[in-house]
Amino acid sequence: MQHDIPVDQIGPLGLPMAEAVQKCVHCGFCLPACPTYQVHGEEMDSPRGRIFLMKEVLEGNVALDEAEPYVDKCLGCVGCETACPSGVPYGELITAFRATSETKRDRSAIDKTLRRFILETLPYPGRFRMAAKLGGVGRIFRKAMPGRLGDMLDLLPAKLPAAQPLPEVFPAEGERKGRVALLAGCAQQVLAPDINFATLRVLAKNGIETVIPKQQSCCGALAAHTGAADQAKQFAKQNLKAFPTDVDAILTNAAGCGSGMHEYELWLRGEPEQAAAEEFVKRVCDVSVFLAKLGIVAPPELQTKTRLAYHDACHLAHAQKVKSQPRELLASIGNLELVEIPNGDMCCGSAGTYNIEQPETAAELGNQKARAVISTEPDVVATGNIGCMTQIETHLSNVVFGKRIPVLHTMQILDRAYRGEPLA
Amino acid sequence: MSAEPDSASAQNITAFFAELSRIYSADRILTNNAQLAPYESDGLTCFRARPCGVVLPETQQEVIDTVRLCHRFEMPFIARGSGTSLSGGAVPIENGLVIAMNRMNKILDYDAEQLTAVVEPGVINLKVSQHVAGDRLYYAPDPSSGPVCTIGGNVAFNSGGAHCLKYGMTSNHVLGIKAVLPDGEIVNLGGDSLESVGQDLTGMFIGSEGLFGVALEVTLRLLPKPEKYYTLQAAYDSLEKAGNAVAMVVASGLLPGAMEIMDRLSMDAADAAIGAGYPQDAAAVLIVELEGTTDEVEAEMPLLHSVIEESGAYIVEAAKDDAHRTKIWTGRKSAFSAVGRLSPDFIVQDGVVPRTRLAEALAEIERLSGEYGIRVANVFHAGDGNLHPLVMFDGREEGALHKAEELSGEIIRLCIRLGGSITGEHGVGLEKRMYLGEMYGEDDIEFMHRLQHAVDPQKLANRGKKLPAATAPALLTRGAHPLEKQGVIFRD
Repeated sequence: MQHDIPVDQIGPLGLPMAEAVQKCVHCGFCLPACPTYQVHGEEMDSPRGRIFLMKEVLEGNVALDEAEPYVDKCLGCVGCETACPSGVPYGELITAFRATSETKRDRSAIDKTLRRFILETLPYPGRFRMAAKLGGVGRIFRKAMPGRLGDMLDLLPAKLPAAQPLPEVFPAEGERKGRVALLAGCAQQVLAPDINFATLRVLAKNGIETVIPKQQSCCGALAAHTGAADQAKQFAKQNLKAFPTDVDAILTNAAGCGSGMHEYELWLRGEPEQAAAEEFVKRVCDVSVFLAKLGIVAPPELQTKTRLAYHDACHLAHAQKVKSQPRELLASIGNLELVEIPNGDMCCGSAGTYNIEQPETAAELGNQKARAVISTEPDVVATGNIGCMTQIETHLSNVVFGKRIPVLHTMQILDRAYRGEPLA
Repeated sequence: MSAEPDSASAQNITAFFAELSRIYSADRILTNNAQLAPYESDGLTCFRARPCGVVLPETQQEVIDTVRLCHRFEMPFIARGSGTSLSGGAVPIENGLVIAMNRMNKILDYDAEQLTAVVEPGVINLKVSQHVAGDRLYYAPDPSSGPVCTIGGNVAFNSGGAHCLKYGMTSNHVLGIKAVLPDGEIVNLGGDSLESVGQDLTGMFIGSEGLFGVALEVTLRLLPKPEKYYTLQAAYDSLEKAGNAVAMVVASGLLPGAMEIMDRLSMDAADAAIGAGYPQDAAAVLIVELEGTTDEVEAEMPLLHSVIEESGAYIVEAAKDDAHRTKIWTGRKSAFSAVGRLSPDFIVQDGVVPRTRLAEALAEIERLSGEYGIRVANVFHAGDGNLHPLVMFDGREEGALHKAEELSGEIIRLCIRLGGSITGEHGVGLEKRMYLGEMYGEDDIEFMHRLQHAVDPQKLANRGKKLPAATAPALLTRGAHPLEKQGVIFRD
């Protein structure tokens, strides 16, 4: 598409944005892949429409505050990237756009406070744990809470699992076949610490030693995807320093974090660390990718036949193009029937802080996903992202009454299989 | 009344929107810049126009009320589906109203025994086939944008697709249409039977590019899904050989479901997009698909192989399984958009030539491409001679668009010269209006103008599309026929 974006006036992110716009041919193949277009049926809420809008804002034809509601409504699921024949790097475009426009935005006082609160809490496990605990208490006052704060509280579990500090090194079982480093993830450590331990045990079972660098910080995805570019850069720089270079891979077990870390080169465009980031990104991969490539020890057969629905996290399937590997790993478990969720490419509505910022759209997508999951009549659901797990669990309980369908991480499923425990 | 009334005055616009807000809740009337900008273009971004508003109807009554209101205020309007037109057909009328039909997306009735489905115009093409797949039925017209485009848009532009070689275009699959005419009158054209009596008004409405009003309900004809597909890829060292092979296949008495050709550039683009795995190094690939009952397809296979071998193909490969077949087709259908990887801008042409003159046309396009120094990718429905040259340019280079348009024009004229047509399935839209007069004689064009005048004398519905602006003296003939003026003939 033709454009007149003044690339030179925008800074280091001007070029990647202009290149993305230029690649779009406005064909509309992204429309059926976009969750917000499916919900709202308006051109402004489609990827093609947003690309056009971002172009218009960058060219100075449309005021930023008019375009904001539609840019904000984007989940960043990048389902459109998978659908796009012309290869528009939509994720890069919207991240860069949010980063460059945030400083020009005029947010309301309440918006600013809420945003600050999220950005100062979620990326820090200690603070988040404290806030989540207080939130549990706050639930008593739920009715008195204003809309979005109340919605936030609803997503918190009634009781937090006990904090479990991670070791610095988790040794391999038997002969050591490799050594990796693991990103621990922020919200995940607080909400479901078992995911990390399950990951460590599965890796160990397959002869892999894992180091968990103490100096690591949040991956920065949350900050980057909400336009807090400086905070994201800080986190990225810290992780570049914290993670060792003498490991076979840097592993993530939360899709959102993994896709965030793959963007370090973009976030650090024009910074002295840009080249280092480019090298770093090459070593980052999802734990499922690493294990599928390694080839895993076959887990013992499950005692009871179990039907498992695998949910593709957008930041794995679309952002990192990881679809087959988790399925391969799960399929190696005997007596497990792997089923596909209809319309599985569609986002569940979790998308980082989306269910706090756009609760209505998030709830609609969550309910759609829950209905699709239930239609497969599974005993258990597996996925590779803590955000999706929380969202799907919440909405499954809204849609089904009585029977609880557990939602687990792919690594938790493998871990249970290795230990001979039932999945559901 | 003047022939081309100006858009409603400012005062009128205020009154118009006041009336609109009696039909729609505020969130379904879009008027600010950020809401309107994304509606400015369709799949052909070199044309843009800003509407005065966009409305999002959810019921037939709302559409009818809107059209009647537009008629009362002389407000030009366009009904828009998914905006995938490649001829500028869905570009808004400057300062006119856009009626966005996307929420009118219900399948109203489905009869598996009668093989019909009644759908609202906002239903996505592919959704129809998905809806009836359980009964092993499908809706045959398969434009490449099938997962995106709407039935309403298909009706307006008489869309085709790869398989229209065997099954025909949209007009062969629509039995009836309920529509609101530009003056607000409701009409039921055709019916629900394959046999219709009287004038083929359904046929008149289909392909009218929105000039005759807005469809409200469309009765579609469904077909049983073929029992077996046999999909063959043949690689050639020249585009002409592939072109000649097409005529040879048809001359042999075979009627494949589809016959498509892609040249090297479009194979590269599609491969980059979805990893379709087309033959490496081939100058052209011909995709031929036999379909029908198992017995029929198996009986045809040896003949197809012998014709293809004789045509000089140096690799012949059949799709291994369903997944491979899907890949071949997804690649083919993504090719237009995938060319976005090769060039920031392009014009897709849609000319038709007689099948026997395909090779000649392709050689001439190649020569023109060299002469202009502009890359042209070719990907097309070879079976019915429907070419889709993609003329690539960079819109930021001064004069590049103009030069690309000139080359496109030469290709269109070439098609006319060879005895073909300026459009196979994308329609005339905005882009090919000026060539319509080169294909048809003055009498024909005048007749088309009179037809438009009979249905929509104020030219409210999708004004400015399809028909050339009336500049030639003969084209200025509007209103009553001269004989009518003299009282020699009469109409009701």
